[in-house]
Amino acid sequence: MPPLLLTLLADTTALAGGGEDPFSRFVRLLTVFLLAMWVGFEVITKVPQRLHTPLTSGSNAISGVTAVGALVVTASLASVAGSLLGFLATTLAMVNVVGGFVVTYRMLQMFNPKKGSKNGPKK
Amino acid sequence: MTSQAWINLAYLAASMLFIVAFKLMSGPRTAVRGNFFGAAGMGLAILAACFDPAVTSAVASRGAWPLLLVGLAAAIGGGIGATMALRYPMTGMPQMVALLNGFGGAASALVAGAELASTVAASAGDEPAAAALANLQPWTQFGIATAITGLIGGLTLFGSLVAFGKLEELPQFKKAWTDPRRHWINAGLAALVAVLVWAVCAGPERQFFFWLLVAVGCTLGCTLTLPIGGADMPVVICLLNSYSGLAAAAAGFVIDNVVLVIAGSLVGASGLILTAIMCQAMNRSLVGVLFGGLGTGPAVADDDVYAGKIKSAGAEEIAMVLEGADRVVIVPGYGLAVAQAQHAVRELADVLLQRGCEVEYAIHPVAGRMPGHMNVLLAEADVPYEQLREMDDINPSFAETDVAIVIGANDVVNPAARTDPTSPIAGMPVLDVDKARTVVVVKRSLSPGFAGIPNPLFAADNTLMYFADGKKAVLDLTAALA
Repeated sequence: MPPLLLTLLADTTALAGGGEDPFSRFVRLLTVFLLAMWVGFEVITKVPQRLHTPLTSGSNAISGVTAVGALVVTASLASVAGSLLGFLATTLAMVNVVGGFVVTYRMLQMFNPKKGSKNGPKK
Repeated sequence: MTSQAWINLAYLAASMLFIVAFKLMSGPRTAVRGNFFGAAGMGLAILAACFDPAVTSAVASRGAWPLLLVGLAAAIGGGIGATMALRYPMTGMPQMVALLNGFGGAASALVAGAELASTVAASAGDEPAAAALANLQPWTQFGIATAITGLIGGLTLFGSLVAFGKLEELPQFKKAWTDPRRHWINAGLAALVAVLVWAVCAGPERQFFFWLLVAVGCTLGCTLTLPIGGADMPVVICLLNSYSGLAAAAAGFVIDNVVLVIAGSLVGASGLILTAIMCQAMNRSLVGVLFGGLGTGPAVADDDVYAGKIKSAGAEEIAMVLEGADRVVIVPGYGLAVAQAQHAVRELADVLLQRGCEVEYAIHPVAGRMPGHMNVLLAEADVPYEQLREMDDINPSFAETDVAIVIGANDVVNPAARTDPTSPIAGMPVLDVDKARTVVVVKRSLSPGFAGIPNPLFAADNTLMYFADGKKAVLDLTAALA
C-alpha cells in the first residue's frame, strides 16, 4: 500500500475520532518546514563567498533527497504505473545525488591541492 | 507504529548530518568533510527508507523483488551521475550543476505523480479508501501538496534544461527571448496553474489534471528562463537550486516524510540566500532580473565612446609597464573561463611575484556564470586563496595599484555604473579598476559584455587594450617578462 494511501486512511479514521487529523499533520510538517528554513538561513549565511560554488553544488546534491521518497514509492509496488514512475524518479534522483556529491568533491579538491603536485590534480 | 518512530529517528539523524554538512562548508578544508557528512546523511536516509512500512509489507508479500527493483534504479542513476561528474570537464561545471538540479526537480514531480497513481489504483478495490479519496475537501493538504510538487518539479526541470542550454552556449539559446508578449503568456499560464491546482484538489480525474499541471510547469520553466541573458545566469542557477529543494520539501508534505521536508528546506533556504546575494551584487531586484529586460538607457553609440581614444599595445610594451610595477591586480571575468587561461595567468603571477611585485586578484561577486565561479577556476590553477580578494575589500586599494590587468571581464569594471545614472547598469557595484595607474584590458575585440553597452574604461587615457585571445595574450606576456 502506498504511504499516501495509508495517510489518507489515517485521515478518515482520525476524522471519525482518534488520531491525527489532516490539518494537524499539515501543522506538524509546517512547523518542521519553517524551523528547517530558519536553521538553513542561519547556517548558510556563514559560508564565505569563495565557497559559494561548492555550496551550490553540495546543496544541489542534497536536494536529491527526493530519492528517499522515490524509493518508498517504487518499492511499495502499489501499482504498475506507480512503480514505473517511481523507478524513473529513483534513477533521476540518484543521478542528482551521486553526481552532485562527486562534483562537489572534485571542486573541493581544487581548493586543497595535494602538497608537492605542480598543477594540482587534473581531472 | 513503533517501526515508523525508529525510521523517523534515523531521518532525524540524517537531517542533523545535513545541517553539519552545511556548517562545515565555511572553510575549504572542513568543507571536504562536510561533503562526506552530507553523503553519509543521504546514505542513512536511504537505508532508513528501506524499512518504511510500505516497503516492508511489499517485501513480506513479494520477496526481495521490490528492493532489487529499487537497487537497479539506484545503480543506474548512481552510475550515470558518477560518470557525468567524473568525465565532464570542470569548466562546464555550472551547466552540469544546472542539469543535475533539473533531474532532482523532475524526480520530485515524478514521486508525486507516482504516489497519486498508486493511491488511485489501490483505492479502486478498497471501499473506505475510495470513499476517502472521493470526499477530499479541496483544501486538503494531499491535493495542494501533490499539485505544488508537480508544478515546481516541472518548472525546475525545464528551467534547468534551458539554463543548461544557455551555459553550454548552444546556438538555439544564444539570444534572450525578450518579446514583450511573454508577460501575457506568463500571466495566462499562472491563471491556468491556479485552475489546475484547484482541479487536482477537487477531482475526479486527478491524474489527468496533475500531469497537465506538470506540463504547464514545464512550459513556465521555459518561458521564465528563456528571457534571461547568459550573464544573469548566476541568479537563475541559485533560484532553480532553491526550487528543487522546495520541490523535495513539497514531496515530503505529500508522503509525510520528515527528512524530505527538512533537507528540502535547507536547500531551499540556501538557494534563496544566494539568489538574494547575487541580486544585491548586481544592484538589481529579483523581479527585475526575472521579468525586466536590461533597462533602456539612451542609445549610446560605441563610436561616441571609443572613437580615436583606443590605445592598443602588444606584449613587449605591456611587459615594460609591468617591469616597473610594485603592485598588480588581476581582474578575471567569464572570458578567462572561456579562454581557459587560468593556468597561464598563474604563471604570469608567479613571474611577477618572483620580481618582488605584489599580486592580488579582484573577484567581483557576479563575475562568471555561477557564484564563486572565478574562485573555483583560479583554485584549479593552484592560485593560493589568500591572493583572492573580494570586491568591497580590494576596491579602496586600486588607487595605490600600479597595473590592473583585466582578463575577460567587461561590465563588472565599467565605470559608467558609477558615473552615469542613465546607464542600464547604473548603481551596480563595480570594481574601480579605472583608479589604478595603468589598466591593461585583455580582450579579443571591442565587443560589448552582457549589458550590450560600450565601456568607457577602454577609452580612458590610462588604459591599454591588448587585443588577443586570453590565453595566448597572457603566455606572450609571461614570455616577454621573463
